[in-house]
Amino acid sequence: MSKVRVLNISRVLMVLLLVGLPILSRSQQQGDEDRLSEGPEPIAEKELDFSAFIQHHIADDYLFHIAGDIAVPLPVIIYESGKGFDMFLSSAFHHTDENHLSRGRYLYHHGKLFIPDLNADGTVQMGEDGHLAGKHEATLGDLISGNKHVFYNFSITKNVFGLLLGVSLLMIIFFSVASKYKSRPNQAPKGFQGMMEVIILFIQNDVARPFITEKKVNRFLPYLLTLFFFILINNLLGLIPIFPGSANVTGNIAITMSLAVLSLLMVIINGNKHFWGHIINPPGVPLVVKFLLVPIELIGIVTKSFSLMIRLFANITAGHIIIMSIIGITFIIQSYAVGIVTSLFSVAMFTLEVLVAFIQAFIFTLLTAQMIGQAVDEGHHAEVKSSHH
Amino acid sequence: MANLLNILLESWGPLGAGIGAGLVAIGAGLGIGQIGGRAAEGIARQPESANDIRGTAIILAAFIEGVALFGAVICFLAMNA
Repeated sequence: MSKVRVLNISRVLMVLLLVGLPILSRSQQQGDEDRLSEGPEPIAEKELDFSAFIQHHIADDYLFHIAGDIAVPLPVIIYESGKGFDMFLSSAFHHTDENHLSRGRYLYHHGKLFIPDLNADGTVQMGEDGHLAGKHEATLGDLISGNKHVFYNFSITKNVFGLLLGVSLLMIIFFSVASKYKSRPNQAPKGFQGMMEVIILFIQNDVARPFITEKKVNRFLPYLLTLFFFILINNLLGLIPIFPGSANVTGNIAITMSLAVLSLLMVIINGNKHFWGHIINPPGVPLVVKFLLVPIELIGIVTKSFSLMIRLFANITAGHIIIMSIIGITFIIQSYAVGIVTSLFSVAMFTLEVLVAFIQAFIFTLLTAQMIGQAVDEGHHAEVKSSHH
Repeated sequence: MANLLNILLESWGPLGAGIGAGLVAIGAGLGIGQIGGRAAEGIARQPESANDIRGTAIILAAFIEGVALFGAVICFLAMNA
């Protein structure tokens, strides 16, 4: 009985989705026409600029856009030396002209915050190069060069929110599963606990053990498990199309870079004498070749992490772009037939992206395990090989 | 001369990005096709080692995918530049 009802609901949802998107695209068009009749906006504005829309979606922002003018504002937290912290919701921003949003001294332009220098008459001062003159967000370069004309941005942006959400979900999941093991010792796992055990054992036995020597595998397992579940949960949350999800966390190059740098540090810190010896001073290699080989080996360490960074970033970003583009076709062509086909196709893409979410988390963890495994290997292979010669 | 170069770069950027994306797809297709084909062949010859072969094939495909996506990212940058 209940099974039948569930089926019916899902069928109704499916039909709503299939019919809804084309209708939505129609109403969007109508709304645009209404607006056109009011103002002297150029015709080109009417064309839905979907590539800009997609870029907005995959980029970080100060609010969660849901539909039309509905958005969930997020806190903007700014620290200026000498003036202290300033905190307000991003909904406090309002349009000053078509491209700029402002709130008090702050100006929002192309996804970035500025504190512009004002002329005597209150207009924004422009620099000689045509850019805004004033304070901008501190970057790493500013920190290194000691540029004081900056402010520090600690805002809870979309990605920071997604990150915090993912981490708190992970904490809830793992503390509850861990407490289950404590409350029911030496019993078969039950329910959700069983599901997590399968995944954890998979990482332990099929990812960590084949690459890392048995003696050291337990030392690195916590890192590998954290890596896997962190990437997985953020990939999956990114696939939820509305508010709590939809942040493109693992499709942000800064986040994937942090993960890749952590993996690189694991290799650098845990690399043993054997590993570094083979890189700095490869045995059995003529001196002339060493000049060529050592730089290549040194670059090789960094390249592996670099490819980890690019792979995760590009895969997740590409997934988001593809899904958005397919849905976008509906809004660009605005026909029922195309709408139904693209809706079905986007459902297919979503399922593919769920698969990609798992595969990318798996690959990242596996390649990290491989890197760490090489770094901590005791090096019996080399001796076996040389004894054959 | 610099002006001419600028114009060329500006207007041909998206074209280059498109061609690049196509080439990336060709390369990745060839690579992953080889891996998939050989993996299927291997599994057909030795069905008992299907799991090992599948795992290895996924890892190897990920390597190629990494390079291909690297190209795709550069195309994306070229398009926006």
